Amino acid sequence: MIGIGHYVAVSAVMFVLGVLGIFLNRKNIIVILMAIELILLAVNLNFVAFSAYLHDLVGQIFAMFVLTVAAGEAAIGLAILVIYFRGRGTIAVDDVNRMKG
Amino acid sequence: MDIFHTLRAIAVEELISVAVLVLLLVAAWGGDKAARAIAIAAVAVLVGAAVLTVPLLTGGADSLALFGHLKLDAFAAFARLLIYVGAAVTLVVAPAWFEREGEMRAEFSLLVLLAVLGMGIMVAANDMLTLYVGLELNSLAAYVLASSARGDGRSAEAGLKYFVLGSLASGILLYGISLTYGFTGTTAFDGVRAALGSGSLSLGATFGVVFVLAGLAFKISAAPFHMWTPDVYEGAPTPVTALFATAPKAAALALLMRVSLAGFGGQVAAWQQIVVFAALLSIVIGALGAIGQDNIKRLLAYSSINNVGFMLIGLAAATPAGAAAMLVYLAIYVVSSVAAFLVVLALRDDHGRAIESISALGGLSRTRPALAAALAVVMFSLAGIPPLFGFWGKFLVFQAAVSAHLVVLAAIGIAASVIGAFYYLKVVKVLYFDAPTDQVQGTEPVANRVVLLASALVLSPLGYLLTRWLGALAGTAAAALFRLA
Repeated sequence: MIGIGHYVAVSAVMFVLGVLGIFLNRKNIIVILMAIELILLAVNLNFVAFSAYLHDLVGQIFAMFVLTVAAGEAAIGLAILVIYFRGRGTIAVDDVNRMKG
Repeated sequence: MDIFHTLRAIAVEELISVAVLVLLLVAAWGGDKAARAIAIAAVAVLVGAAVLTVPLLTGGADSLALFGHLKLDAFAAFARLLIYVGAAVTLVVAPAWFEREGEMRAEFSLLVLLAVLGMGIMVAANDMLTLYVGLELNSLAAYVLASSARGDGRSAEAGLKYFVLGSLASGILLYGISLTYGFTGTTAFDGVRAALGSGSLSLGATFGVVFVLAGLAFKISAAPFHMWTPDVYEGAPTPVTALFATAPKAAALALLMRVSLAGFGGQVAAWQQIVVFAALLSIVIGALGAIGQDNIKRLLAYSSINNVGFMLIGLAAATPAGAAAMLVYLAIYVVSSVAAFLVVLALRDDHGRAIESISALGGLSRTRPALAAALAVVMFSLAGIPPLFGFWGKFLVFQAAVSAHLVVLAAIGIAASVIGAFYYLKVVKVLYFDAPTDQVQGTEPVANRVVLLASALVLSPLGYLLTRWLGALAGTAAAALFRLA
């Protein structure tokens, strides 16, 4: 029987993978965008699992809001990435260093 | 609760969102030629919103709207007025700056208005859902604003860094919200407070509280989540930096106060240590990081980290007096930031290029005495040196901390503020005692000069005339925060 604990555990693993994906990734900014989506999916899994467990609809409504905002966030992130690429000709993480200190 | 009551309660949101839609059509029709007119209209909208907000300041009945998702009390009104001031100043100074750098875009003012709408929802949020929606509306507009100077490579980089770290912060915040929801069964602040109780917390709820606070600490740029601040402040166009230093900071701090004092208000012991830790680290990192900086926007970024630390001392006290002190400090800080960035906007060489290097300001007191005096007043005020008004905010915060038995915290804070004074005074030394470099040229539009003069007067000892009035308003606002539903 799969219980609430299993869902929360999977969600926690996904969340940690997403955070590690942002900090350990040294290659490509697109991977960072994917890691952000992974974090938001972990959150959604949590919301839906808790919603079913608590017999309360608020969690599922919240998940809908998160999905919608995540779509807008991805669009804006990619747009900023395009401007950045036009100016610099690269999207390597190690090259994002014009400002330091 | 009938529909008309709700419609009246959220009049400000209706005004701003309808205005944004109408102005969006104007922008589509008129293109960038209409940008200046749209900026003026946007300032008028903010004035209208402020007029609608002022009656709430004096308290009275809290009005809940949208099924309790928004709480329009004196606290929300106080924070909203600070937000409107910051955004209005940005809209006033932006057209001249952008026209010098290239072109003022029509959508700039619309993005500022959308961000203001989001911030207004944040400070009135009474439910995790409205908190999240308001925060994201503000953040998404802010990411675009940060990267809006398309010709400048630093702007795109600032936008990218802000986006990645801001999204990470939203993710952490959301994960905390989902855990809080799972372990309390509700997302409404009142419900969360009742469900958490005042006994010991379960492990899951503790994680929820910590993650929510960590996500919000990112948004207020408190250490150890401050690393995006200097880069974003430096890279974003200066009027946008002026906005970031005022309105979103006020909104995020107000949100943090509402969440920790109303939502997690029964569990002060669970979050007090975190806030104390973040406060001390912010003060120290803000002070030490600023010392080696030559870029004035970076210096002001570290200064903002430092000031957030002092404000968190007021939050750590977790008393109405602490919250009121924090609000007074926040109001003074918004005025200081406005004045500081108006001076930064005025720094240009004879080709009209912006000067950001502090060493280029040598001897400014001889070539531009009024500008140098204004910057000196801001620096002394930020350092908290009496008799300037910045001292009053620090005094109230430390007083609240001491009366909440946080004597050690207050003592370390006062000691660390001496380190901070070092770099503020270093700027004053460059202004008044270094050899003139004679680089700063050009004159400012009348509007900029008027706003700079007004904010410098508030920061001068004349500001103490406001203490009674400001203290009463902040007291009412803080009391609203502690009133249970």
